[in-house]
Amino acid sequence: MESFFLYSAVVLTIIIAVPLYRVLYGPTLYDRILATNAIATKTIVLITLIGFLFGKIEMFIDITLAYAILGFIGSLIIAKYLSSSKMKEE
Amino acid sequence: MTEIQITLSILFVIIGIVFMLVGSIGIIRLPDFYSRTHSTSKSDTLGIIFAILGLVIYEGFTQSSFKLLLVVLFIALSNPIGTHALARAAYKGGLNPFYSDDELKEEDKQ
Repeated sequence: MESFFLYSAVVLTIIIAVPLYRVLYGPTLYDRILATNAIATKTIVLITLIGFLFGKIEMFIDITLAYAILGFIGSLIIAKYLSSSKMKEE
Repeated sequence: MTEIQITLSILFVIIGIVFMLVGSIGIIRLPDFYSRTHSTSKSDTLGIIFAILGLVIYEGFTQSSFKLLLVVLFIALSNPIGTHALARAAYKGGLNPFYSDDELKEEDKQ
């Protein structure tokens, strides 16, 4: 079971690396933010898998919860800034 | 740790990872920003739900598995909302969709 978690974590890191292409070459600014948002949500599962690998699950679940909440708030704030008047001046 | 529990959790985690793979490929291949929001908000969320549910099944009936269910609930609610806010900001920022209605009408006329 340990090796299964290890292999799925490795596959997950490859999957997380895929949107980096969109972060670099995304035509618009919004693509870049969307790709980073996708990476952030996928790392949530990666952190939980690593928690299961290390055996100390309680600690990693708290990290996952904090990370999920902060990622969500972060993307909301960026969206709010982008639709605000300051963004239109630039 | 019964056999069913292990095989079920392996199955769920694999399904979750497959959905996340589809989500990542969707981010790359879809033509337009608005169609890319489909992949991040829908297939990613479903992938995460399946993966973490698989871990919940593996964990059994403990307090940490209940916290994992909370994580699943939060992600199921927050991920689409975040992507929607981004798409709304993009629309207000003047990014028009791949085929807006008037372009379609012109093509029909030709």
